[in-house]
Amino acid sequence: MIVRILGEGQLEVPESAVAELNQLDGILESAVERGDEAAFRPALSALVARVRELGTATPPDDLRPSELIIPGPEATMDEVRRMLTDEGLIPG
Amino acid sequence: MVFRAKANKALDRMEDPRETLDYSYQTQLELLQKVRRGVADVATSRKRVELQVNQLQQSSDKLDRQARDSLAAGREDLAREALTRKAGLQTQLDDLQQQYASLQGEEEKLTQASQRLQTKVDAFRTRKETIKATYTAAEAQTRINEAFTGISEEMGDVGMAIQRAEDKTEQMRARAGALDELMSSGALDDMVSGPHDDIQAELDRMGAGHGVDHELERMKAELAQGSAPREIEGAQAGDGAATQGSTAQTASASPAGDTAQAGEPE
Repeated sequence: MIVRILGEGQLEVPESAVAELNQLDGILESAVERGDEAAFRPALSALVARVRELGTATPPDDLRPSELIIPGPEATMDEVRRMLTDEGLIPG
Repeated sequence: MVFRAKANKALDRMEDPRETLDYSYQTQLELLQKVRRGVADVATSRKRVELQVNQLQQSSDKLDRQARDSLAAGREDLAREALTRKAGLQTQLDDLQQQYASLQGEEEKLTQASQRLQTKVDAFRTRKETIKATYTAAEAQTRINEAFTGISEEMGDVGMAIQRAEDKTEQMRARAGALDELMSSGALDDMVSGPHDDIQAELDRMGAGHGVDHELERMKAELAQGSAPREIEGAQAGDGAATQGSTAQTASASPAGDTAQAGEPE
């Protein structure tokens, strides 16, 4: 599965990691829903770190779209909240 | 999963993707140019901050030297004043150095993003030519969809990176401008350089003062060798001059900052 970390590029992550990433994603989502800044930061760091750990960077000339897009490690809660709304994350 | 690309929406509206290939490629090239301008902008801001850091560092070093000179001359009050000013500059310096590191990081990220986009745009151009030459509209659809989604995702990401960098650079520019103004208005300058440098003026005066004292001592000694009646007269005149000299020195020495504002010539 291809995952994009915003601002950093795409990584190929094994399918076997999806369940774990989903779990981390869930923790992050609920932190954003509760507006819990204290939980948000570590949750985001954990998700980004795990994707980096499990993934291998795709070649830069690879034009495949990502199946999962996650915010960069420095994203604010507001930015992530905006990404979660139906506006969509990527313009176009 | 929550975070999913939604780039496909736009693609659904296209009738014959082949028609839009060239147009899309144009858009990509425009974005690429914008990214390059963004990188250049960030680099310019970074260099400006770098210059300011150097200027402040020089001022801080100078105050340090003056504090040492003052101490060596037994003027702890002047040394304290110099060190107080140095501490004020240090706050500005720390802040600027943080900005510098942040701009450097931004520049690096944007450079990498620009390279990624460049490679993807090149790959897209190759793909586009192949698709146009090889496939019918129906066949091209699926192949183009993927390339489009991939490239628009990258463009979206890079676009956001640029926006972020532009916002940050704008803030830095405002702060750098404020600091430049502060420097050229003399508020910072007054402390450390030029004819307004009161600490240096005081140090110089002390050097000159020593010379005057020395001269006075010599004159007094000369007069003491003269005749008795003239001795009294001469001694009085000598005392008067000495008192005058020391009063002048005390007056200018005590609140060192005040005299500087009066524009004491060196």
